[in-house]
Amino acid sequence: MTLTVELSDAQAAIKDAIEKICAQFDDPYWRKVDDTGDFPNAFVDAIAAGGWLGVAMPEEFGGAGLGLTEAALMMQTVAQSGAGFSGASAIHLNIFGLMPVVKFGTPEQKKRFLPRIISGEDKSCFAVTEPNSGLDTASLQTRAERTNAGYRITGRKIWTTNAQRADKILIIARTTPKDQCRKPTDGLSLFYTDFDRSKIEAQPIPKMGRKAVECNTLFIDGLDVPRDDLIGEEGQGFRILLTGLNPERVLIGAEAVGLGRAALARAAQYAKEREVFGRPIGQNQGVAHPLARAWAELEAANLLAFKAAALFDAGKECGAEANAAKYLGGEAGFNACEAAVMAHGGMGYAKEYYVERYFREAMIARIVPVSREMILNFIAERVLGLPKSY
Amino acid sequence: MKVLVPVKRVLDYNLKVRVKPDQSGVDLSNLKMSMNPFDEIAVEEAVRMKEGGGGHAAGAASEVIAVSIGPQQAQETIRTALAMGADRGILVQVDGDVEPLAVAKILKAICDAEQPGLVILGKQAIDDDSNQTGQMLAALLDWPQATFASKIALSDGKAAVTREVDGGLQTLSVALPAIVTTDLRLNEPRYASLPNIMKAKKKPIDMKTAADYGVDVAPRLQVVKVAEPAKRQGGAKVKTVQELVEKLKNEAGVL
Ligand SMILES: Cc1cc2nc3c(=O)[nH]c(=O)nc-3n(C[C@H](O)[C@H](O)[C@H](O)COP(=O)(O)OP(=O)(O)OC[C@H]3O[C@@H](n4cnc5c(N)ncnc54)[C@H](O)[C@@H]3O)c2cc1C
Repeated sequence: MTLTVELSDAQAAIKDAIEKICAQFDDPYWRKVDDTGDFPNAFVDAIAAGGWLGVAMPEEFGGAGLGLTEAALMMQTVAQSGAGFSGASAIHLNIFGLMPVVKFGTPEQKKRFLPRIISGEDKSCFAVTEPNSGLDTASLQTRAERTNAGYRITGRKIWTTNAQRADKILIIARTTPKDQCRKPTDGLSLFYTDFDRSKIEAQPIPKMGRKAVECNTLFIDGLDVPRDDLIGEEGQGFRILLTGLNPERVLIGAEAVGLGRAALARAAQYAKEREVFGRPIGQNQGVAHPLARAWAELEAANLLAFKAAALFDAGKECGAEANAAKYLGGEAGFNACEAAVMAHGGMGYAKEYYVERYFREAMIARIVPVSREMILNFIAERVLGLPKSY
Repeated sequence: MKVLVPVKRVLDYNLKVRVKPDQSGVDLSNLKMSMNPFDEIAVEEAVRMKEGGGGHAAGAASEVIAVSIGPQQAQETIRTALAMGADRGILVQVDGDVEPLAVAKILKAICDAEQPGLVILGKQAIDDDSNQTGQMLAALLDWPQATFASKIALSDGKAAVTREVDGGLQTLSVALPAIVTTDLRLNEPRYASLPNIMKAKKKPIDMKTAADYGVDVAPRLQVVKVAEPAKRQGGAKVKTVQELVEKLKNEAGVL
């Protein structure tokens, strides 16, 4: 389904229902879990209970069969409620993370995996990034060796979100050494398997924000994977992974816009109420204009995100739009959060006004899942036809 | 027993209402509209009568019909009711203001056609706070009414309705069919789940006009002026009783 300028009845209903759930989890709730680092279980349970984790999953497995448009609207509404990335990242993976299984899994795999991720029974994590290869995914070093029963995986991953709680892991590893492959992106394989803590050690990474949803370094030492847990063909992992990347970028872009809007709403409110020099600070254009500019940037980024979603839902190519939407969303969200902190003056730095948390979380969308630079590389090369730079 | 639940599309209760500069009414442009909160409570109660819960046996209601009288967009409000569990909807499309009497007349015609055993309305809509439609409908139908319900118990052709009145709770027994209007504490309405929102898309909504029911909706009342309430003045502290008495006399003029 596409998002036109007005929401359809069903889309409005989705937004409304999510707003109502999120209204139970206010800024003090998110501030608390951001302080303690406790995972927002109550929030995730409420979302799962309403059937929301299956928004974009096939109906035959218990999902709602809706499109990326509705998923993006839902995730944006979560972020915009003030939950920011503390809320969005807590459920993000359930929403589109298993796209590779939906698209390439066997009927048996779909039946085994999808209902449990839709109900929230299974918690999964997604392990792509590695310490020694970074954005150069084709150079990742984790190996999956063939065994009689399937594969044995050994290697290291970094930044893996949610690995402390996960009972499943979606992991990409090399099955054929790079020098024996026709292309560097060949020879990688994708697995969705049990997170066996006797073989995987997960160490949390102390980080800038979103303390409630942790990231980890994984040390994987001989993780046995049954052959039935290989997703798609051996050696095709990179291409399979790509099917989920565009939707993920759209979601992150939309989530970042939501976070920016939350910050902007708080800033506008504060600028109306706070009086200095005998007038509301928002009466000064020096305060008002950055906020107005943030609004314009957010709305523009939002349009591109939903255009990319519409293209995706129509089965059309959306790589350039999805990447650009993630870039614009990340920047607009960050600019809005920064403007919001500045509009609050000293109080912008105080936890009590919440915008400092938004500001820290806004950095995530600029880095994850792919950096600004790599997006601009992609657009320069694929859209503008410039020579590849790396 | 069919249960009919009228639902009204109103300005969302979270929003701050702005009066139009010409004082002709309230500014609704680009603002979020939602189901009147008292009507949500009515839908919830009706759905519990169907599904069981809240003291009702499952099947106490056989069908829940949501009706809205309003603009095309009121369909969205009906869909909300359908997502909460109502079975079908009727939209009587009317643009512009409809006064309580016109609404009651249309509802009477719908009751004549549908023969519900119970009509549950909100005690008032939060936009105009008229608190009239339920009572007028009861009069037009000549059915018993129990307003401001905080509890409804059904048993053999009767409803025992607990009402919140000044000074306490009053329990009435009304013979069905009857009109009940809801108060805030009757129940806590559910959130629509995603599967139910999806199901709601497939439930039917009948599209009607006021003319279909032979009702003339032309307004009988004229709004003279809509104004914001005066800003509250800050309070003041007094140090002595004498000062208090003095202020009550000379400033507040109440003594
Ligand atoms: C909060 C958070 C959660 C995360 N969750 C997950 C997760 O669940 N699963 C997962 O697999 N990963 C996750 N990541 C990792 C994230 O996807 C990576 O950090 C990101 O892809 C960047 O990779 P890198 O850190 O290795 O950067 P590097 O590859 O080391 O790059 C560092 C910098 O150099 C720039 N750069 C590198 N090469 C070029 C070039 N050719 N041209 C121009 N600039 C270049 C990059 O743009 C970047 O700015 C998460 C990260 C964070 C911060």
